[in-house]
Amino acid sequence: MNGELSLEPTARDLAASGLRPAELERVRQLLGRMPNRIELAMFGVMWSEHCAYKHSRALLRTLPSESPHVLAGPGGNAGVVEVAPGIAAALKVESHNHPSAVDPFHGAATGVGGIIRDVLAMGARPIALLDALRFGPPHEPRARRLRDGVIAGIAFYGNAIGVPTVGGEIDHAPCWTDNPLVNVACLGVAPVEALASAAAREPGSVVLYAGARTGRDGIGGAAFASEELDEHSAERDRSAVQIGDPFAGKLLIEATLQALATGGVRALQDMGAAGLTCATAEMSAAGGTGMEIDLDRVPRREADMSPLELVLSESQERMLLVVAPERADAIAAIYRRWGLVAAPIGTVIAEPVLRMRAGGRLVVELPPACLANGPVYALAPQEPAARRARRAMEVDGGARFASVRGARAIGAGGAGLIASAEAASGAPDEALQALRRAWLALLAHPTVASKRWVYRQYDHMVQLRTVLAPGAAGAAVLRLLEAPPRGLALAIDGNARYAWLDPWAGGALAVCEAALNVACTGARPLALTDGLNLGNPERPEGAWELAGVIEGIGAACRALGIPVVGGNVSLYNESSGAPIWPTPICCVLGVLDDVGRALPSAVREPGDAVVLLGSPQASLGGALFLEAVAGEPLPAGQPLRPDFALHARLLALLAEAAAAGELRSAHDLAEGGLGVALAEAALLGERGLACALPPPAQHEPLEVALFGEGPSRVLASVPPACYDALSARCAAHAVPLVRLGEVTAEPRLRLRTPAGELECDLAALRAAWQSEERTR
Amino acid sequence: MIAVRVIAFLKPGVLDAQGQAVQQGLEALGYAVERVRVGRAFELVLPEQDWEENVRRMCERYLTNPLIEEYRYERLGPAAPPAKGQDDP
Amino acid sequence: MSGRPAPAGAAGRQPHRARAASRAAGGERTTPRSAVRLGPRLSSLSLERLLRAGPRPEPAPLPPARAETGALTFGIVVFPGSNCDRDCEYVLREVTGVQTRMIWHRDPELGALDAVVLPGGFSYGDYLRAGAIAAVSPVLGAIRRFAEGGGLVLGICNGFQVLCEAGLLPGALIHNRDARFHCAWTYLRVERTDTPFTCAFAPGEVVRMPVAHGEGNYFAEPATLAELERERRVLWRYVDARGEPSPQANPNGSLHHIAGICNAAGNVAGLMPHPERASESLLGGTDGRRLFASMVRWLLERRRG
Repeated sequence: MNGELSLEPTARDLAASGLRPAELERVRQLLGRMPNRIELAMFGVMWSEHCAYKHSRALLRTLPSESPHVLAGPGGNAGVVEVAPGIAAALKVESHNHPSAVDPFHGAATGVGGIIRDVLAMGARPIALLDALRFGPPHEPRARRLRDGVIAGIAFYGNAIGVPTVGGEIDHAPCWTDNPLVNVACLGVAPVEALASAAAREPGSVVLYAGARTGRDGIGGAAFASEELDEHSAERDRSAVQIGDPFAGKLLIEATLQALATGGVRALQDMGAAGLTCATAEMSAAGGTGMEIDLDRVPRREADMSPLELVLSESQERMLLVVAPERADAIAAIYRRWGLVAAPIGTVIAEPVLRMRAGGRLVVELPPACLANGPVYALAPQEPAARRARRAMEVDGGARFASVRGARAIGAGGAGLIASAEAASGAPDEALQALRRAWLALLAHPTVASKRWVYRQYDHMVQLRTVLAPGAAGAAVLRLLEAPPRGLALAIDGNARYAWLDPWAGGALAVCEAALNVACTGARPLALTDGLNLGNPERPEGAWELAGVIEGIGAACRALGIPVVGGNVSLYNESSGAPIWPTPICCVLGVLDDVGRALPSAVREPGDAVVLLGSPQASLGGALFLEAVAGEPLPAGQPLRPDFALHARLLALLAEAAAAGELRSAHDLAEGGLGVALAEAALLGERGLACALPPPAQHEPLEVALFGEGPSRVLASVPPACYDALSARCAAHAVPLVRLGEVTAEPRLRLRTPAGELECDLAALRAAWQSEERTR
Repeated sequence: MIAVRVIAFLKPGVLDAQGQAVQQGLEALGYAVERVRVGRAFELVLPEQDWEENVRRMCERYLTNPLIEEYRYERLGPAAPPAKGQDDP
Repeated sequence: MSGRPAPAGAAGRQPHRARAASRAAGGERTTPRSAVRLGPRLSSLSLERLLRAGPRPEPAPLPPARAETGALTFGIVVFPGSNCDRDCEYVLREVTGVQTRMIWHRDPELGALDAVVLPGGFSYGDYLRAGAIAAVSPVLGAIRRFAEGGGLVLGICNGFQVLCEAGLLPGALIHNRDARFHCAWTYLRVERTDTPFTCAFAPGEVVRMPVAHGEGNYFAEPATLAELERERRVLWRYVDARGEPSPQANPNGSLHHIAGICNAAGNVAGLMPHPERASESLLGGTDGRRLFASMVRWLLERRRG
């Protein structure tokens, strides 16, 4: 540091901080003075939307977060639940949307790194990752480039750090073209007594910096994440993108777990968004204490870093520990043994003040609680009339389909697939031809199509826990080595089409879908973490979406008894003035008593009965069919709202029936409804099906019965000897059961409908479903 | 002290999968590129005495895998002694 | 539908090149320089019958008494960035039943060990070249001496890369042909079963093990490849479900579809697939554990006599 630089904030500092005039005034009042330029920048990042959740915190507090299993709820680095006696699981989802728009590879990679460190900060070993991704239509070069970059970045980081990516989902729509969504969830495991706290409670403790050196990465990244992207973002914002090093991340995991095992670590936090500022402020605020920090002692990559840069840097792979003084040397030695730097940079003090010095000069003096608790804003929600109109559109009526019957498939290769399938089938009926075309179009749609080409790039087997790998079921299943024969199931889901039409339904249905995917493996849902991705909350429709989504999630979680143990909110997701569809992502964790009984989605044994469990209702409201087949430019209709009581009974039924061995497979119905579920179950198991559609409601078009969507519906296969027992169990749980047909050995799907027999060879279905692979 | 740059590429005849993948990407962006090779560059600051023999040995033993890579090096010129390092505090 | 490989002599199936060549020349099947006799020797007649019949169901090896197995100690080397060290340790201890010890990359000595395993992962982030930095770790000196003394050394995935970089095995692993990471189950053919790493398999047996790598493409110069084939030092080869090698069945483009090899003395082996991930039926297959069982069987026989 050269000379005495002025700490007086300039107009440029004020603008760069991102604070509004009212917020700045509030800071001035809280401090009793104007902040200097370093303090101003610290408030700028800590009070950004990304860090402070200003527009969502009030509503998020309404989410249910307690249950007998919850050990740590929202507000910490990750949520924690007890999954077996004495064994805890840490779970959290994080978004990295804006950085991924600027640099998809590094943006996604550091997203993975960050969420892993959040779980590690709870004292848990990270054991699994899932990702929920959203991109523009893949035939557009820009969207394709972002998609491929994100997938490569996730693979790069996840594979190298040795945490398996075991599941995920990808959806496509134009709204995400310039503003992709990258939500990554991480699961970790720890003995309950080894869980770590983030609260610095004991004055005299040593504040120990550990990990990689501090550089100029991502300076101001958190503030940047709260701004909207425009077409100049790519160049200007490149400097704000952090670069991750998964090798250092792996060393950090091993060293930190060893350090924790010494018993000398009193508190722990990772340095993520807002780096050293956030860690010191939050750890002090949580403990009701303060810290004295000597910035000269912060290990740095470049010699000439200013105090401002040191406190704001978002260099990756760094942790901040609070340790007992007599253990500090030993703990630092552990990090050094693993090739990382470790340096004491300060002490915890009783006075609740955060003081930082550089070159002997006091440069920061702030109350931690002020930094850590930004202002809370109320929303002014208002439903846009245009949205109400879309929701009110009649989509299930027959008249609409006169034009649909002639619809051709969209997407690469669609026409060719359909032509060859038609040649193979030989069925003359026009209605059946149209249904077959629609079927193949849905299977080929990027949202539904097989993602095998994606997860083959992820190491999903490392750590020897993966029992049901990506693609095998709607949820990943891992064995809980710490408490055999238990297993953990994890699903991540969210449907933006529903949420755009009806935010409350979108939130509720995301919870229901993820919980159902978990239950379909035979597991009992235990906890949820949510990632909310929306547009500008200061606009009335953005506020309406945010409020609705949170209310819907809350209602579903309360009704189903699933606590929300933490989550993430990413706002201001827009590009060039157009907000994204509200995208609520829910990640649900479930427990299986016997992981050996986990159920896949695929049918397996010829002769097994094929049944439909759950709600008999389906609708094209918000269905993928409207977009993929009918060519609707925007979602339309009313997505079916869940019957929570029935859904809860279905979840319980699945867990019991699976444990009793009464089910061979279970597959939830989602995008594309029954038609897609039948095809997927058959393709995954490489078996045929001979089924009949349940009699549709009067005047209900076959498109609704086949491709309509709705919650609480499961396609299952049942060993014949178990059918009666299952039937009795369904009656006891008041869950409707309809027998559709049976599994066959021939590689063909046959579906009897009122309009005739709808048939397709497995080969044709597979060609559509795996059409993306052919381009690679 | 002098600065030396070492450039290493895969030997001809060894599949350069990265080079091929990069070429495909360039073509997808609309550029007509005849060939792409992906290699590695090192910049070393080392004592001038016996620099050439030392660099060769470093390349043969460690910086490159002579079975699959070939390398060339060039002396860039005198280098300033490294700034006082940031030692671990 | 189960896949049984086509019998030998069926169209498209090539008998093992070395065997064919030596038979054509009228000579005996050549044995590698360090012929280590293991297990029952098969007469050439029964070998022919085996090859024609295709893979048999897993042979039932006599499991060594637990006490015997438990007297063996396998070391697992941990480099910064190794990811599969704990996986290997778990399988060796829980499934195979040997004692285990983790060996830190800076340890100058191994201590008393019966075998050393270099596990998979991204040692040193795969920086410089995969396995290159690990290959100059202090512990490699001790591993070299252990190998020279006849100790068993097994390199899995990144471990194989380290052994090649260290010169303990010939060749190199370069980027996969399509420049992508591949995580998938593959079929392998066990090319010979009279080695410490394959004696619990049947000759020509087709087994399943998963790969997970971005740089698993085996490269060696033509003279080296010829020598490997001639000396029958290719232990595992990528094949399809029927047991036939083909480009489609090869996940990474390895020359000669080579998945794993051994050194001339037969005591150092490396393979890209992960046997520790194919050691428990719950995780999808158990063919991998017979690789570790082979090592145990060989070590116990050596002890006995």
